[in-house]
Amino acid sequence: MNHALNQSARLDATFAALSDPTRRAILSRLANGEVSVMDLAKPFSMSQPAISKHLKVLEKAGLISGIKDAQKRLRKLEAKPLEEATEWLENYRKFWEGRFNQLDSLIEELKLSKRPSPKRKNKKGE
Amino acid sequence: MSSFVGTLKVEAKGDREIVMTREFNADKDLVFDCFTKPELIKRWLYGPDGWSLDVCTVDLKVGGKYRYVWKYLKDGSTMGAGGTYKEISGPDRLVQTESFDEAWYPGEALLTTTFVEKSGKTFVTINIQYETKEGRDTVVKSPMEGGASQSYNRLETLLDTLILEGKK
Repeated sequence: MNHALNQSARLDATFAALSDPTRRAILSRLANGEVSVMDLAKPFSMSQPAISKHLKVLEKAGLISGIKDAQKRLRKLEAKPLEEATEWLENYRKFWEGRFNQLDSLIEELKLSKRPSPKRKNKKGE
Repeated sequence: MSSFVGTLKVEAKGDREIVMTREFNADKDLVFDCFTKPELIKRWLYGPDGWSLDVCTVDLKVGGKYRYVWKYLKDGSTMGAGGTYKEISGPDRLVQTESFDEAWYPGEALLTTTFVEKSGKTFVTINIQYETKEGRDTVVKSPMEGGASQSYNRLETLLDTLILEGKK
């Protein structure tokens, strides 16, 4: 199914782009609005070419786009692929959240069923 | 009511890993037990609602195997999964393989679970590394039923029961 394939490839690109801390920092910077390449490079102790490389990866993944402005070379955040990736992760998170909430209740139960010994716990295993 | 201690964080890492982090309101010995003792695993890993964990065997040693079989109560269909323990440093770290009988993701996964205790709470990190990025993507994209709200309700009931029991 072509659509699914595209989706999978997109997801790969998104996750790969997000796997680098510098790129994540760039994205969160862009979350507040458009920023020029110059300004983007400022907080990082990195050369502009190095930053440009990261920007290329982000652009390829469709996470950011350039804005026609020869002077400033602005970049802006593209939300859609991020939303897609987040949505899928959210699915997964909900599934496990249910299980872990059950674990919370089990833990409370186990703690209660232990003889209250205010001093300290001893004894491990059987 | 001190119910949910932790929010679950799920992140994709690199192109074939998923990392889950969650804190629990107990020391790591207890949390580790909940992850490794069948009689305890059965009491929380059964969800979402409508499912039960019927079979749960654990041979907790390096090279030992574990096996889970879930049953869907509505139609009696089952889903089995299991793997082998690669490393056991209780109660701090657990490394195991995971694969499902009906492989719904390609290859097997390697689960590394760490338990870190800080002032009476235990921070659990589960790193799941899939053999292929397709495997990871399949998992992330699967429309899993949340069932979180159901377990909130279940917890509430349970807590009420426990509070009543405690008053005896």
